[in-house]
Amino acid sequence: MSTELIKYLDEEGNLINNYKPSLDEKKLRYLYDLMILTREFDDRGLKLQRQGRIGFYIGCKGQEASHIASAFALNDDDWIFPSYREPGILIMRKVPLYKLFCQMIGNEGDPCHGRQMPCHYSHREVNFVSISSPLATQIPHAVGASYAMKYNKEKKVAVTYFGDGSTSEGDFHVALNFAGVYKTPTIFICENNQWAISVPITKQTASESIAIKGLAYGIESFKVDGNDVFAVYEVTKKAIEKARDGGGPTLIENYTYRLGSHSSSDDATRYRSNQEYELWLKKDPIIRFEKYLLSEGIINKDYIDSQKKFAEEEINNAIKQAEKLKNPSLETLFTDVYEDIPSNLKEQMKNLIDEQKRLGESEDNSLAFPL
Amino acid sequence: MAQLTLLQAINQALKEEMRRDNKVIILGEDVGLNGGVFRATEGLFQEFGEERVIDTPLAESGIIGMAIGMAMYGLRPIPEIQFMDFIYPAFEQIVNEMAKMRYRSGGQYNVPLVLRTPYGGGIRGGHYHSQSSEAYFTHTPGLKVVVPSNPYDAKGLLISSIRDNDPVLFLEPKKLYRTIKGEVPENEYIIPLGKASIPLQGDDVTVIAYGAMIPICISAAKKANEEGISTEVIDLRTLIPLDKETILNSVKKTGKVVIVYEAPKTGGFGSELSAIIAEEAIEYLEAPILRIAGLDTPYPYTLEHIYSPDPRRVYEAIKKVYNF
Repeated sequence: MSTELIKYLDEEGNLINNYKPSLDEKKLRYLYDLMILTREFDDRGLKLQRQGRIGFYIGCKGQEASHIASAFALNDDDWIFPSYREPGILIMRKVPLYKLFCQMIGNEGDPCHGRQMPCHYSHREVNFVSISSPLATQIPHAVGASYAMKYNKEKKVAVTYFGDGSTSEGDFHVALNFAGVYKTPTIFICENNQWAISVPITKQTASESIAIKGLAYGIESFKVDGNDVFAVYEVTKKAIEKARDGGGPTLIENYTYRLGSHSSSDDATRYRSNQEYELWLKKDPIIRFEKYLLSEGIINKDYIDSQKKFAEEEINNAIKQAEKLKNPSLETLFTDVYEDIPSNLKEQMKNLIDEQKRLGESEDNSLAFPL
Repeated sequence: MAQLTLLQAINQALKEEMRRDNKVIILGEDVGLNGGVFRATEGLFQEFGEERVIDTPLAESGIIGMAIGMAMYGLRPIPEIQFMDFIYPAFEQIVNEMAKMRYRSGGQYNVPLVLRTPYGGGIRGGHYHSQSSEAYFTHTPGLKVVVPSNPYDAKGLLISSIRDNDPVLFLEPKKLYRTIKGEVPENEYIIPLGKASIPLQGDDVTVIAYGAMIPICISAAKKANEEGISTEVIDLRTLIPLDKETILNSVKKTGKVVIVYEAPKTGGFGSELSAIIAEEAIEYLEAPILRIAGLDTPYPYTLEHIYSPDPRRVYEAIKKVYNF
């Protein structure tokens, strides 16, 4: 077992370490298209917040290869236990874009009825489990679900995504420990973007890597250049195949970088040097992949322009469609707490509906999140 | 009909449900070969194997976190927390994940699991083997909280809980595990969640309690009856959802109420009961509502028999409201 950095594509778009892509040109173009669309989605999400059209946004800029190329190695019936920086997986799994904007707005089109802050998606139809704000809580869930897959004798896997900050939480360690003991088909993907809001990875852990932590739990672990589409895809694919064959869990550290601030509420210039940011801007996973595709003649300038234009139009239409919808109904405050609405909630629902009729709708005097 | 202890009734319910449905799985510390430290899972490992009766590493958040994932995927896990006092490492998983999953996913995911845990004092367990911390959980929307007080109820309520599609916290009064026996039918039967029982009927005073406090209240009520105070005892059986109707009907009849719980008095579930009665039946009350509860201190060791409500204390409270 080794935790040396695995890398197949350098910053100039050259293949290194004798790597030959296993994906055909069509699939490579598809991956590129997804990354372009996700980048545009992410840019617009943040802009919507800046324009006051949504209350909050939390982005994935710079982490497109890390989550898209890894999820691309999965089958559609494999389950994802996500963090909040993997919207590209939903786009890949063909959730209509406007649904994602409905979630951000929190309107009646949101499958979760506006109950959570923006970017906390849940889409069971594509096996993308509900997102929590507290960190690392989803990691043991992935172990439990994959235990169930193994128990049912299904050849499926559960993949869970989390950041470097999450690896300091107890749930990370507990989950790895349980997965190691039961040899569950779980893939743990740490997107090490090196910053947990303002705290750098050097203050998060004294370990030389995140990957090395997996070894202590008896779990095969790898550290991968998370901005390298090829390395991410190949290592994840290998881990998935191993898990399907009963070989147990794998921890993969995708070494990447958060190009944006933590969220729309954060300003990374307060704690991060511009020099560091500029350095990582040059390592942008999309630019690197684009250089490779151009040099191989798999895409050309016109293709790039048309893809970007297509992404812009798709996003525009999706936002337009989402913004037409109204707030969720009052009843949605009370449904889904339990399978059936219990009598105390029925009573509260009736009282609330009567009150809102009697007094008119309560004034919305919420402040902007968080400061 | 067989006379079983509360522990045997729980064991029987688990065994029958596991035979009926292979999605039912048990996990926890020492639940396997050892049959649990109280022997609640005795013999299950031998019958169902280590895949279904899972000895886990010693980490409560992992036990509950893993059970949540299993339940979301369609299994019916029954995680055990060895003592309720050890539940807190799993508090986040219970309160933020288990309880909110259905709501936050818009009903796309549910967590049908039963978290079994022994609670309460009276066994010389000190601070960390005696707590009765149900109020943390009754304060959490999304959870159901069930507390049986006798073998018959324990089996019927546990079977209901296992078949329920919402997460259930099943609190087992460990002091009663082996100290009481009762008739338990061998066939399956269910007791619906949210229905209280009235083990003793009366017209003068209502005593409301649950779990390990029930035998204490019955003993006090019988003494009161001998003294000519006709006392009714309500066994809530389920705290959430709460059978408000049975409570209010009784209060409207007697106008005098004593609420008994062994948790610290302030902010306990009995305080909520008191508030409901004051809000919805104050015009029927003929005396102040009295709460007989644990002290607002950590649970003690040597003096626990003084700390905990006993029949004398409950009897005095019954007399006090009766004579008000």
